Amino acid sequence: MSALLVLEDGRSFAGEAYGATGETFGEAVFATGMTGYQETLTDPSYHRQIVVQTAPHIGNTGVNRQDPESARIWVSGYVVRDPARRASNWRASGTLDDELRTQGVVGISGIDTRALTRHLRERGAMRAVISSADLDVASLHRKVLESPLMAGADLSAEVTTPKPYVIDAIGEHRFTVAAMDYGIKAMTPQRMAERGITTHVLSSASTVEEILATGADAVFLSNGPGDPGTADDAVATVQELLRREVPTFGICFGNQILGRAFGFGTYKLGYGHRGINQPVQDLLTGKVEITAHNHGFAVDAPLEGETQTDFGAVAVSHVCLNDNVVEGLVAKDAKAFSVQYHPEAAAGPHDAAYLFDRFANLLGEKA
Amino acid sequence: MPKRTDISHILVIGSGPIVIGQACEFDYSGTQACRVLRAEGFRVSLVNSNPATIMTDPEFADATYIEPLTVEFLERVIAAERPDAILPTLGGQTALNLAVALHEGGILAKYGVELIGADIDAIQRGEDRQKFKEIVERIGAEVPRSVVCHTLEDALTFAAQVGNKIVVRPSFTMGGLGSGLARSGDADEVRTLAARGLAASPVHEILVEESVLGWKEFELELMRDKNDNVVVVCSIENVDPMGVHTGDSITVAPAMTLTDREYQHMRDVGIAVLREVGVDTGGCNIQFAIDPKTGRMIVIEMNPRVSRSSALASKATGFPIAKIAAKLAVGYTLDEIPNDITKKTPAAFEPTLDYVVVKVPRFAFEKFPGADPVLTTHMKSVGEAMSIGRNFTEALGKALRSMETKASGFWTRPDDDLTRDELLARVSIPTDGRLYYVEQAMRAGASVDEVAAATGIDPWFVDQIALLVELRAEIVAAPAVTSGLLRGAKRHGISDLQLSLLRPELSKDGLGDDAAVRALRLEHGIRPVFKTVDTCSAEFEASTPYYYSTYDEETEVGHTGRQKVIILGSGPNRIGQGIEFDYSCVHAVLALREAGYETVMINCNPETVSTDYDTADRLYFEPLTFEDVLEVVHAEQQSGEVLGVICTLGGQTPLGLAQRLKDAGVPLLGTQPEAIELAEHRGAFGRILTDANLPAPKHGTATSFEEAKAVADSIGYPVLVRPSYVLGGRGMEIVYDEAHLSDYISRATEITPAHPVLVDRFLDDAVEIDVDALYDGHELYLGAVMEHIEEAGIHSGDSACALPPITLGGADIDAVRTSTLALAERIGVRGLINVQYAMASDILYVLEANPRASRTVPFVSKATTVPLAKAAARIAVGATIAELRAEGVLPRTHDGGDLPDDAPISVKEAVLPFHRFRTPAGDQVDSLLGPEMKSTGEVMGIDANFGMAFAKSQAAVYGSLPLKGTVFISIANRDKRAIIFPAMRLHDLGFRIIATAGTGQVLRRNGVPCEVVGKFSEGPGNIVEMIQAGEIDIVFNTPRGAAGNSNPRIDGYEIRTAAVTVGIPCITTVQAASAAVQGIEELSRGEIGVRSLQDLHASLAGWRAE
Repeated sequence: MSALLVLEDGRSFAGEAYGATGETFGEAVFATGMTGYQETLTDPSYHRQIVVQTAPHIGNTGVNRQDPESARIWVSGYVVRDPARRASNWRASGTLDDELRTQGVVGISGIDTRALTRHLRERGAMRAVISSADLDVASLHRKVLESPLMAGADLSAEVTTPKPYVIDAIGEHRFTVAAMDYGIKAMTPQRMAERGITTHVLSSASTVEEILATGADAVFLSNGPGDPGTADDAVATVQELLRREVPTFGICFGNQILGRAFGFGTYKLGYGHRGINQPVQDLLTGKVEITAHNHGFAVDAPLEGETQTDFGAVAVSHVCLNDNVVEGLVAKDAKAFSVQYHPEAAAGPHDAAYLFDRFANLLGEKA
Repeated sequence: MPKRTDISHILVIGSGPIVIGQACEFDYSGTQACRVLRAEGFRVSLVNSNPATIMTDPEFADATYIEPLTVEFLERVIAAERPDAILPTLGGQTALNLAVALHEGGILAKYGVELIGADIDAIQRGEDRQKFKEIVERIGAEVPRSVVCHTLEDALTFAAQVGNKIVVRPSFTMGGLGSGLARSGDADEVRTLAARGLAASPVHEILVEESVLGWKEFELELMRDKNDNVVVVCSIENVDPMGVHTGDSITVAPAMTLTDREYQHMRDVGIAVLREVGVDTGGCNIQFAIDPKTGRMIVIEMNPRVSRSSALASKATGFPIAKIAAKLAVGYTLDEIPNDITKKTPAAFEPTLDYVVVKVPRFAFEKFPGADPVLTTHMKSVGEAMSIGRNFTEALGKALRSMETKASGFWTRPDDDLTRDELLARVSIPTDGRLYYVEQAMRAGASVDEVAAATGIDPWFVDQIALLVELRAEIVAAPAVTSGLLRGAKRHGISDLQLSLLRPELSKDGLGDDAAVRALRLEHGIRPVFKTVDTCSAEFEASTPYYYSTYDEETEVGHTGRQKVIILGSGPNRIGQGIEFDYSCVHAVLALREAGYETVMINCNPETVSTDYDTADRLYFEPLTFEDVLEVVHAEQQSGEVLGVICTLGGQTPLGLAQRLKDAGVPLLGTQPEAIELAEHRGAFGRILTDANLPAPKHGTATSFEEAKAVADSIGYPVLVRPSYVLGGRGMEIVYDEAHLSDYISRATEITPAHPVLVDRFLDDAVEIDVDALYDGHELYLGAVMEHIEEAGIHSGDSACALPPITLGGADIDAVRTSTLALAERIGVRGLINVQYAMASDILYVLEANPRASRTVPFVSKATTVPLAKAAARIAVGATIAELRAEGVLPRTHDGGDLPDDAPISVKEAVLPFHRFRTPAGDQVDSLLGPEMKSTGEVMGIDANFGMAFAKSQAAVYGSLPLKGTVFISIANRDKRAIIFPAMRLHDLGFRIIATAGTGQVLRRNGVPCEVVGKFSEGPGNIVEMIQAGEIDIVFNTPRGAAGNSNPRIDGYEIRTAAVTVGIPCITTVQAASAAVQGIEELSRGEIGVRSLQDLHASLAGWRAE
């Protein structure tokens, strides 16, 4: 069955329908990981995005029950070159094609994904449509232009947990953390649990009182989709927490929230960082870690020196070696730090797992 | 922290001759290292015995020593150069072992030399199996489980825990006696093997280890800097499961069948192993096995150095491991080194691929008829091709058609007449070309699961073959070949040739006709596009033009303004077509770049310098087939002005394409295909010889024994017989009598009037001469005259030779010069020509002429200091020899036939792979030389006189000639007179001489004391046992007659193979025996020294200027 992908600037690609048939809209972004498609698909940060996989063979290991990062697939559309005809892995419980169909995810295969990627790199991430229902380019183009923009989108409410839940520490309980779910991935509380942390995952709209009512020793700000510029409520909440000297650790969207809480601005990157091979340098140790990224926005802070904020001095702690984008912040006078990337990996290398240790140590200092 | 300033002079150790398992990938890595270190301002000295390498070109180091890679010679080089540091991790296992030996011998300490890039403890932790096992366990990862057992019950209990698939290794037995592999999972098999193993062990002890045969096999290429930053450059998955050496496996990058969790676990373990072993800076390679049923992962081994896989990984990803390793070794960290391809991003990252890379090994079993073709953990392949496609099927198809074998992809050779079950049985044993049987088995109805179960190949890969089988059925059944069908086929890597063979209307008389498919393809506007290898899946803009073709939408080849020259490379290494041709291609690139042309390289061999994206202005990693080359030419013509294509430097592969490319309208540069045809066609070449009044050995053709006998009778025995339809000495034999002739004819099955047998007079005792020359249409430049040390009849590639010639006089050289000029003129050469002559009874016979770059070009260039291939490339684009002399590319005065009397002697010696091959019964294959080439590589010895140069060449092959000890002599009757003097000299030098009865009699009668020993057939105490026991230090054994039944040549078989097995010099011609004795004399005097090429070149230049 034929399918079309049409971008908001009018470029189109003809291919075959993949996964569910129908029509879907979203922001077209490319992801460069060669493994971990199941984690990518289930990462809430990809909500309302059409993900283009640059790796040509997708679905080789099928799907399994252990690897999803949330209860459902979040991408709004999926673009691959050569979908697997057969799943091969000892843990596989089904094929990706079936899974996409079951969850109603519309995709397209067989297109020149590299040409599309290069286009997005040059022109920036943009709105797109995939359709196997309407094969008229002009008509699809009109529809794309009417679809909502990512800039200015407030999506946390759409992905956050409706009610709080708890992930217990593994082994001896050491600390309790309240995690703000802006689109949290399952591996994050898992990584904390491994370090003796019990995590209360809370809705993104939770108030400071609700957060502190969990008895948390600290707050974790999760990753998530959308434009951080719209998250004024979350920023206000975090500022209040900082005023009350609650230790705070943020990642991805959480880094942007913390950055705004400190008074920095955020901006949209041309085409974002989405891959599991991004080199980040820890400015404290000089060491380079290979990290998992999924962000279209970044914090605007000076790379060198310290900035005086309402909460004392704040410095950039991590930087992406590819393009000098701010990848982490650390407060010098408060117990708060954050990174723009994914120390929980899944998918991706485990080089940044030490950040959870740093978080646990920070909590230990308090005790 | 930037580069170290406390060292200024670095010695790089190369890897020596090309052998199986250690090929030109180390020329690639060493060349990169030399370039980088010099660019960083270090003085670089280099030692390597292999003259065919780019790295030993004098411009790549400050001091280049072509000397044997032994501790003794290394020490001399160190003493002469006094380097601050040695970089041993880019020269393969050879260099690493030498570094350890230099350390253990106290030489590093004595001269105050530091090892960089590796430290001794780390090397030992990586290489010592027991230490490595402990390390793996310490970091919490697994090695195969094992237990030492003294009873059958213990063995059975353990075996049951691991599914009864085990390896039994008895303690204290020799040569694997009593060891075995239980693969059926059956306890009875374990019982039998364990009982046998316990019985075989003198201490009644066996090691029982869990077998990982058939598990999935992976490799990671890692790099670490001194700040402990680690990156994984590439993951590689073996299509062939555990049990086949990774060098013999079809491999794929990136890994195709791992989830992220499994991959990250592998990455974590790999990094932990690297850190624990303590490789401080540089690259390493770690192999893993994964149980496909449970995902359990085991660490197999690591190499704490740059390896064959890292060359592959570098080409596959665009991340130049050797180059980065060299920078890390001198103090840089990964974040300080820019990524060459993006320029903007650092080397501290992990490449991500948006394409699939497939490597297929190239074997040469046809050269070793007795050898067991079953693939095991001992590497047997002689080369490899790599391909890049946007999916697995495309890359696989390209790789299979890059092989330069009879089959060039599925369906291009006749199906075997086998049933589904027979095919399934056949695919269960790993062999060269197993994938062809997999395809046939599936076509015969075997399912993906059945094939996966029989082969251990992951079902995902098997399903990809199933995809091709389905596509084939669709193509065959379609009423017409539509645009859609064509496009679908091309997207899955099916070549024009394959397509034509599936469609009668597109083939010619049942034979493939790629031109017909091509025409149809162009009619539909279906052409490949070219994408860039950019390390980052298009996330950043790439500035290095490194391309591969694919059937996709958008091409990335940019327009350029300069005139372009396309150079065709030489394809996978195989016997007869090795690194020497890549050398000439690289030189053409260097010369033409310098002359202002834009150079474009096409090649598919990942081991080479030519496929380094730094070499040519543009690199196309593509198969060297008519279809693929034409598409590159088209892409280049679309993006600028193509002056032409050079086909004459890359050996047989590009030469075979020349005529068709010309017919298709592609402008060819240099010697034209018509000229090549003149030299190759026997009739036409015969007429040239007659016209020029040049003698050739008497010859005739025959299609039956009677005819052959008549020819042989008229020209006289011995005769050289060969089929007329093969090149490179295949099927060639020297026949000494009528009975043997009859035997040959009866074995040569395919004799027809169209394919007669050629019968040539064999010039026994002639001196064979090899000549390389340049011709521009006006003037001849004689590059060199080389004299073979073995007599005529041994393939020139296997023969040792000396330059300048050691026994030829001025008049002989004049005759060579005149004859070569006459041939070059009449053939129409514009560039290089190689001529082989035989001098017998003062007559110079022409054996053959090849109007192209020869195997000896690099050797000649090193020995005479003149870059012949560079000059040839310039002649191809119109320069004259006079201009090149004026420019200084060629010497202003003199040529290679005209060297000073005191010029040093260079000796080239061949390196043979016999010890790698065994018969299915486990015996060695015969190590006899003949008209068919068998060597994989070569070394060069250079010194003031012949004896010393020959001694160095032998030292470079065998470690050293013995200076004392025992020599065994067994000589054919015709050689017995010639051996007396050398044997006497050995006696005088204190050697104990042992001989067979006949030889012993002759020696004693001539006053040479010797002891007589029994032949192999004469029972216990025979010579073979003595060799095996290490009692013999060198063997002189000249055979008589040729391989055949009950032939005298066979008598020496056991002797020669025993010598090969224990690795002692085995000299098989009387000429080489004399040379060896001279060499031993020189070595005994102890005055042998080392001299850099730069020094030699300066003195030659001085002489020429006088």
